[in-house]
Amino acid sequence: MYFYDEIDQRIVDERVAQFRDQTRRYLAGTLSEEDFRPHRLQNGLYIQRHAPMLRVAIPYGVLSSRQLRMLAQIARRYDRGFGHFTTRQNIQFNWPKLEDVPDILADLATVQMHAIQTSGNCIRNTTTDHFAGVAGDEQIDPRPYCELIRQWSTFHPEFAFLPRKFKIAVNGATHDRAATRVHDIGLDLVRDAQGAIGYRVLVGGGLGRTPLIGHVIREFLPEQHLLSYLDAVLRVYNRFGRRDNKYKARIKILVKELTPAKFRAAVEEEWAHLIDGPATLVPEELARIRSRIAVHDYQPSALTLADAAAQRSDDAAFLRWLQRNVIAHKVSGYACVTLSLKSTGVAPGDLGDSGLDAVAELADRYGFGELRVSHEQNLILPDVPVQHLGAVHTAAQALGLAQPNIGLITNIIACPGGDYCSLANARSIPVAQALQERFDNLDYQYDIGELDLNISGCMNACGHHHVGHIGILGVDKHGEEFYQVTIGGAQSATAALGRVIGPSLRQDEVPDAVERMIQRYLSLRDSEVERFVDVVQRLGIEPFKESVYGLKAHSESPAV
Amino acid sequence: MASRLIQNRQLSEDTWQVATDPTQAPAGANLLISLADWLAQPQAWLDHAGRAGVALQPTDDPVGLQPWLAQLALITVNFPAFTDGRGYSIARLLRERHGYAGQLRAVGDVFKDQLFYLSRVGFDAFLLREGEDAQDAISALDTFTEAYQVSVDRPEPLFRRRLG
Ligand code: SF4
Repeated sequence: MYFYDEIDQRIVDERVAQFRDQTRRYLAGTLSEEDFRPHRLQNGLYIQRHAPMLRVAIPYGVLSSRQLRMLAQIARRYDRGFGHFTTRQNIQFNWPKLEDVPDILADLATVQMHAIQTSGNCIRNTTTDHFAGVAGDEQIDPRPYCELIRQWSTFHPEFAFLPRKFKIAVNGATHDRAATRVHDIGLDLVRDAQGAIGYRVLVGGGLGRTPLIGHVIREFLPEQHLLSYLDAVLRVYNRFGRRDNKYKARIKILVKELTPAKFRAAVEEEWAHLIDGPATLVPEELARIRSRIAVHDYQPSALTLADAAAQRSDDAAFLRWLQRNVIAHKVSGYACVTLSLKSTGVAPGDLGDSGLDAVAELADRYGFGELRVSHEQNLILPDVPVQHLGAVHTAAQALGLAQPNIGLITNIIACPGGDYCSLANARSIPVAQALQERFDNLDYQYDIGELDLNISGCMNACGHHHVGHIGILGVDKHGEEFYQVTIGGAQSATAALGRVIGPSLRQDEVPDAVERMIQRYLSLRDSEVERFVDVVQRLGIEPFKESVYGLKAHSESPAV
Repeated sequence: MASRLIQNRQLSEDTWQVATDPTQAPAGANLLISLADWLAQPQAWLDHAGRAGVALQPTDDPVGLQPWLAQLALITVNFPAFTDGRGYSIARLLRERHGYAGQLRAVGDVFKDQLFYLSRVGFDAFLLREGEDAQDAISALDTFTEAYQVSVDRPEPLFRRRLG
């Protein structure tokens, strides 16, 4: 993580004071609900179904054990003892009291955390690869650029009241784990022919009501121009993005309505005025940020994951976990371990206060006190020495965090849905739980192989259902909860949006439908390496549609 | 009625009046004119007004005012709702790109919680909406003592100032 200097700290402290004043005025009745709302949202505070919900920023998914312990303490003191990790690498508390929120923010500030711009029509938390800085396939470490964007976007005076929310993602690895193609702005870190660092800039991707894949508007933006170029894109959007209809207000609609070529021309014209201005990066700043991102004192060794497997060749549970939840680190002798927050019976992404404390302890004991949150709503111990993998596995098992299901069907991404979220059309958590129960058998999961199953409670797509190999979307049909099923979505470089298989289903029909599609897949795949999504790509959705609805489905029109 | 105009961090009297026709407006007064009315006959307004000002809406393009910026003593930018952020870009363009140096006044749905951002993009006057506590609002100009970005009030971003 990036360690604040005195100025970073002061800005966050002053924010706490500002929000305390806003809350006081709201409670005193001098700030109306209508005027308070956008301000509290820019501080991550929603009013939800049961209570306020506070979303705390975990900038680009990196946090320290000290911060995690503070989150545990907040869960205990101000909530009902748990937190929910989101697909945007943040954490949400579902039961704080409005009048406690200034104190919660003050507590967070003591560990260099905040809730700034975690909601509202502003620039949101920047996300990146959850293996940033440790991934074996990383070309360029995205964290310094994410931190630059964090600082640039924090209280940017021109862009605090955009037409709609705005999300930026950065990727620096061969394999895109940041989903840059489905963000308002996606930045791929690349090198030019001379080896100089720059960015491929994509604009106008996004999920939600109108899912779209982003367009490349610049193949190579030189490193020093990052902030002036972002200023130019945001200015064009702030001035010309639609404000008359919130469903057409995202930048993707502006890009689509103008055409990507005209949008690009407008940005370039704006940028021509800003290029080489004071926002141009100086090398000293990148060096300063790098020096404040902890560089760990690694002790490389020759031990590999194969050695770890050989040492415990009779421990089937360990071997499975090693295969699914552990990846090689870029420093030899280390590994990155994913702790699964996807056990049957627990809402995806939820963890209790004692679990949070225990994970902090693991990060201290088997690493450098650092953790990552993945957009798949799991926690990661990024720096585990290979010789300690056995001990970490045992500890994770005791905590219920050793489900060897990363990449498998039960590693379900699910938004909080109708149990908490007031925007929901339907609940997500019971559907996730029913599916986890249905596919609980590990042998079965392994036989099915890699499969991303994502669930959103409404069109806002917080559960990224469009890019799930199987996506499930809550829809409202005459006041009743129904679920629309899509297949063939994919994240990363091969990003694709799933296609609807047919009329939406009742909640109790969903597990059967998924199971029938899985059975059909197993009978159709040409080998074990052909994944579910590959078969959908090869044969289309028809066989799957038929497996769910029978032959007559062909004549029915897809609902909703 | 109590004054709602903040200029130079102080409550002030508003000496400007809205005008739509130069032949009807009192000669020698401070006249505030819509962009369309201004563009229709800029010279007539300049001849007639004591001082001239133009009132912009969020949809107006400030570039059209460029030829007269040195002769304008006031530009107001309307915020129909405080969540409509277009006026922030208009302000920066006027100050940073077009070099406007007269008073830049935020009007409309303007209250305490916007003042810090507004002052950073170049507004130096704020006409608060009715019912606001003006003294309390003035204190919001000091909500934050530092900021990261390039802005009109601090043209060097924090990372350049950190070097010094
Ligand atoms: S997808 Fe809809 S239901 Fe789920 S968290 Fe987002 S807004 Fe709420």
